[in-house]
Amino acid sequence: MRVPLSWLREYVDLPESETGRDVQAKLIDSGLEVETVEQLGAGLKGPLVVGQVLTIEELEGFKKPIRFCTVDVGTANGTGEPQEIVCGARNFAVGDKVVVVLPGAVLPGDFAIAARKTYGKTSHGMICSTDELGMGDDGTHGIIVLPPETEVGKDAIELLELVDEVLDIAVTANRGDCLSIRGVARETAIAYGLPLRDPALIDVPAPNAYGYPVKVSDPMGCDRFTARTVTGLSPEARSPIWLRRRLQKVGMRPVSLAVDVTNYVMMELGQPLHAYDRTSVQGAIGVRRAEEGEKLRTLDGVERTLHAEDLVITDERGPIGLAGVMGGANTEIADHDDTERSTSDVVVEAAHFDAVSVARTARRHKLSTEASRRYERGVDPEAAAAAAQRTVDLLVLLAGGTAEAGVTEIVAPSAPRTIAIPADHPDKVAGVTYGRETVVRRLQEIGCDVYGQDELIVTVPSWRPDLIEPNDLAEEVIRLEGYENLPSTLPRPRSGRGLTHRQRLHRRIGRALAGAGYVEAPNYPFVSEQVFDQLGLDAGDPARRVVKLANPLNDEEPALRTTLLPGLLGALRRNDGRGSHDLALFETGLVFLPREAAAVAGHLPVDRRPTDEEIARLDATLPEQPRHVAVVLTGAREQAGWWGKGRPADWADAVEAARTVARETGAELVVRKAQYGPWHPGRCAELAVVVDGTERVVGHAGELHPRVLKALGLPERTCAMEVDLDALEEAGDDTPQAPAISTFPVATQDVALVVDKPVPAADVEAALREGAGELLESIRLFDVYENPEQLGEGRKSLAYALRFRAADRTLTVDEASAARDAAIAVANERTGAELRG
Amino acid sequence: MSAPNKSYDPVEVEALKPEEIERMRDEALAAFRAADSLEALHEAKVAHTGPASPLSLANREIGALPPHAKADAGKRVGMARGAVNKALAARQAELEAERDARVLVEEDVDVTLPYDRVPAGARHPLTTLSERIEDIFVAMGYEVAEGPEAEAEWFNFDALNIGPDHPARGEADTFFVRGEQGGTESGVVLRTHTSPVQIRSLLERELPVYVICPGRVYRTDELDATHTPVFHQVELLAVDEGLTMADLKGTLDHMVQSLFGPDMKTRLRPNFFPFTEPSAEMDMVCYVCRGASVGNPDRPCRTCSSEGWIELGGCGMVNPKVLTACGVDPEKYSGFAFGFGIERMLMFRHNVEDMRDMVEGDVRFTRPFGMEI
Repeated sequence: MRVPLSWLREYVDLPESETGRDVQAKLIDSGLEVETVEQLGAGLKGPLVVGQVLTIEELEGFKKPIRFCTVDVGTANGTGEPQEIVCGARNFAVGDKVVVVLPGAVLPGDFAIAARKTYGKTSHGMICSTDELGMGDDGTHGIIVLPPETEVGKDAIELLELVDEVLDIAVTANRGDCLSIRGVARETAIAYGLPLRDPALIDVPAPNAYGYPVKVSDPMGCDRFTARTVTGLSPEARSPIWLRRRLQKVGMRPVSLAVDVTNYVMMELGQPLHAYDRTSVQGAIGVRRAEEGEKLRTLDGVERTLHAEDLVITDERGPIGLAGVMGGANTEIADHDDTERSTSDVVVEAAHFDAVSVARTARRHKLSTEASRRYERGVDPEAAAAAAQRTVDLLVLLAGGTAEAGVTEIVAPSAPRTIAIPADHPDKVAGVTYGRETVVRRLQEIGCDVYGQDELIVTVPSWRPDLIEPNDLAEEVIRLEGYENLPSTLPRPRSGRGLTHRQRLHRRIGRALAGAGYVEAPNYPFVSEQVFDQLGLDAGDPARRVVKLANPLNDEEPALRTTLLPGLLGALRRNDGRGSHDLALFETGLVFLPREAAAVAGHLPVDRRPTDEEIARLDATLPEQPRHVAVVLTGAREQAGWWGKGRPADWADAVEAARTVARETGAELVVRKAQYGPWHPGRCAELAVVVDGTERVVGHAGELHPRVLKALGLPERTCAMEVDLDALEEAGDDTPQAPAISTFPVATQDVALVVDKPVPAADVEAALREGAGELLESIRLFDVYENPEQLGEGRKSLAYALRFRAADRTLTVDEASAARDAAIAVANERTGAELRG
Repeated sequence: MSAPNKSYDPVEVEALKPEEIERMRDEALAAFRAADSLEALHEAKVAHTGPASPLSLANREIGALPPHAKADAGKRVGMARGAVNKALAARQAELEAERDARVLVEEDVDVTLPYDRVPAGARHPLTTLSERIEDIFVAMGYEVAEGPEAEAEWFNFDALNIGPDHPARGEADTFFVRGEQGGTESGVVLRTHTSPVQIRSLLERELPVYVICPGRVYRTDELDATHTPVFHQVELLAVDEGLTMADLKGTLDHMVQSLFGPDMKTRLRPNFFPFTEPSAEMDMVCYVCRGASVGNPDRPCRTCSSEGWIELGGCGMVNPKVLTACGVDPEKYSGFAFGFGIERMLMFRHNVEDMRDMVEGDVRFTRPFGMEI
């Protein structure tokens, strides 16, 4: 809501010295979000005067038409001689009254005016447009042509009220009353402790039976309807400068007198109004719900198909307006420049419509208007009659109309709303002792009637439909007493248990991966379904079952991720494209997996706690959302440098990342060869854990498939790992047991075993472990060697260092050798491993 | 080798004469002095102290001397050998020191060489800033609560007193999970704030409840320099007997002091939210200019646009209707809550100029933030 300070001063006697910034500070303190104070005409300096165009000479031979004019500016130029001015605009004629800026003046934007040579003439000033004067849009962007009766030589700064301050207020959804000068003036009066001259407090005639006939069929949707008629409007009448200027300052465009007047009164009182061309309305005006499929062309020229819940204004023919939103084209007031017809008689509507109904209609038709914004947020129903009277008065005054004596007023009976609160309720909410007297005074200031001692019975004013609960009243008291005066105290929560195991784990995994050189890159969860083809997933892959959005930002990406890889690979590609080629990225985040048969989430009540069964039913409608962790790598894992060669990232780094994560969870990770979707068929590890005695595959790691890399535009040999972190956590052991540390000497035995190439090293190691028995302290594979000449075709040698140690004695060489031989024997039996000769 | 106590033969014991022993000693000392390397010294050592060296041979002869001569000869040889060993050790030390000095100089390196063999990783600052805020409250006794990101409308809206006609529930603001009919009828949305976690906390936990709810949230804003459809929030909820707005203010003050310094403070401005009543917008003093830029064009402040205050987020006293929906008696309990965006705080706390930098995963952006902030 834009509020000119000059308009505000009409209702509150603010001290002369108060600036817009001062008022802003006061209003912010009491709760109105005054975002900016616009300084209209800042830096503007005269002479800026009214002139009359005497002659126009069209100058030829320039790229655009140029006029050389003489303008009578009275004695404003000191000589009384006509002022010679060159002008590029054409929307004025000889005899027109215009605004002239003379040399020596400064226009907004630090634009100093001086006599200057242009187009072969000397221009002694300028004829001004609205843009040059910073007046706001009047739809012409041309030269301002003033009414003919304007006095030549008069100061135009004053005439056009060019210097003003405008408060721009972001009104919250509960304060519809502040979408009017009246409401803001009331808040200002309270903030300054000054009286308010309420513009709605005007005499209105009593309703009678001979007003324009109106029939309200839906009193729930429309609990008040006032209709007044004004006849004999002069078609030549135009909105006066002061009215046009006020509309411009509040951000509206002057249109035609009747429309301008209804807009003006709406801004003043907050009551949306509508003026119908009476000759276009046929028969009685009605208010009812639309019939499904009924049609209405609204003022914006759009043909709308109505919904059975839309509240409409009708005449005999059918709908003539969407109630509280926008009028219909069929009863529109004629434009001034309409040569076909003119409007001389109008019916003025000032009604009160149900907020929810208007909100739904506005949303349904994607039509948010000044009227609908006000009805949605609450309009003072008691102001309707006054608003209608103001409109009538202005039409009579400015357009020479005659007010008909008939006054239609339909009012659905209602009682004022009361709220009972303990007098110390605001004190308890704030943690401040205000005392009963202050509470009562503050509530009275906002317009409440207050009775009672310890228990207050508060009748709230008609313009504050947002005051419903005791806490609403507490807020009024606290804000007027000043939020800035609240003390600062600290509650004492009971002792907490710190982070949960799971929360600590998530932090630890982040640190472990970052410590291993990975950079965290969280990504949006929005994916396309084509990405699953690019990832090479089978048609039946469960990851292809996605949760989709009804309204995605990007229609190409309607699905929620079931894997972190698309986003993370996107980040990798982006980095690569920006010149970072050695990359190791990680992400942890939720994936979204649809349930087999997801029920629709029903609506639970809000007036009581839902039962545990109701909550469980609701939860069952949600997708499963396990937390995953993934890494992607490309380029060098170790850089080349003065220390020697680098090392490219490879499949083993990806598997190691999984081990790093598993180590943090305390889960024992099973790594085995597999083939799956996006991964290179020969370089893919399946990752599994045992949960409650059952093995469960939790993810994959390795080098990505060259086809996938090509499809996704990724660097060659890019590697990746992804695991279900929740499953890993479940398999984890968070209380590792301390091993017994023997201080007897270690006995080391190295063995090189030759096996067929496809035999997994993990199997050989497992066999060695089992065969070595409990003297084995550790085992480490230190070399893998392939040489067909020495080992035979399809064979490989695995060299292990075995470390033996006993808890209670120094092992003899024979004991260690026996354990080694036992280990080799089991490895031979299980994997065909032979000791390399 | 001669047997002991054989007949004494003065010719044979020529080697034990004092001048002979002195000569042997002096030759050894001269040889050691002459040795100019550890290798040369080693040769001299073998020649003059080894088993075949003159002194060793002389020593062996002692046994053959008559008892009265033994002591004398033994003392002479012993002293000579002592002097030789001492000189050897000294020369050894000297040469080793020389070698060390030479070799270590040769092993000199350029310690300014850069080392980025495995460049450091880093956690995303949105993660670590959120953790930092969590830790402030965990230290006060709050617990961290989490919840699903695809959330039932009841949790995200209804229970928070955001009625079915509230504009925020429209498709223009909220992502809806597509229902069977392809529309928004699923009743599931991508949570628009972490407030549903507050509801879950009130339903699941015993009173009093003091929780901090960090997490990812979603709104249908296009990504630009100041908006992102996916962002992060931290919300706080305290429900106990007798909690007041003063407690809310004190808790906010404590948070900004923990994050920005001991003399920081907050300001509350009235506002409106369905889930709190009274409601407020919360600002903190600009931690860069401390308000000095206000009305002072010579000292403009980029961080607060010379406003002196930085807008943090929304807060208020939990609306009694919200307590009722969670089965908490509003006559007995009251509560306060606040929430703010981590992106915004990261922007002004760490001079991030463009929101996109936080979402694109560029390693150049994230690396400098390290493990914690």
